[in-house]
Amino acid sequence: MTINTKQEGTQLTISLEGRLDTVTAPELEEVIKEKLHGMTELIMDLKDIAYVSSAGLRVLLSAQKVMNRQGSMVIRNANEDVMEIFDVTGFVDILNIES
Amino acid sequence: MLRELEIEAKDANLDTVLDLVNGQLEALDCPSGIMIKMAVAVEELFVNIAHYAYGDKVGMAKIITETQDDPRGISITFIDSGIPYNPLLKEDPDVTLSAEERQIGGLGIYMVKKTVDKIDYSYEDGKNILHIFKAF
Repeated sequence: MTINTKQEGTQLTISLEGRLDTVTAPELEEVIKEKLHGMTELIMDLKDIAYVSSAGLRVLLSAQKVMNRQGSMVIRNANEDVMEIFDVTGFVDILNIES
Repeated sequence: MLRELEIEAKDANLDTVLDLVNGQLEALDCPSGIMIKMAVAVEELFVNIAHYAYGDKVGMAKIITETQDDPRGISITFIDSGIPYNPLLKEDPDVTLSAEERQIGGLGIYMVKKTVDKIDYSYEDGKNILHIFKAF
């Protein structure tokens, strides 16, 4: 998985490419831990993510919990398959997903 | 078509397991949406073995895939000789809770159950045997 980050003031955009799975989720967790301090807006761009497993959901959930305290988080560009995973797991109601 | 793979159950081997299943599905012209869902299901089940079956040790997992083409479908069996564990006894998570209340445990097997048409578990001769089937 490739992780690209862009920071503008207190807005952080994380763009992901590949699979957000057991192997790659810890990499994202590391980036989030490192960069989230002081941010008030987190944009997760999933445009090039083919799928998200439960390990990926776990990381997204913990990022959402952090951002609930310090600002807001939005998910962008999730494809149809990823949306279905969010749907089945009830994550559509937890995450702020932009369509 | 029947394929068997015996491999150390560890995260690093996930790609090898996925290659096996994806190869089988591609040979049957499986729709990509189903391939993705099956990849998620296979990951959850293999990683469960890798993380929990053998405690801190690394043990073996055997994956048997069998496809049929009329009607099209795939049957996948995961076998390990670790701690007896039936994941189907795990209660489904409450998927209506808010982020703050949400417990993440049990989500993986829940996703598997929602994806496949059939899932069963048995414990035989010291082995956990978990079988899934998906038609497409």
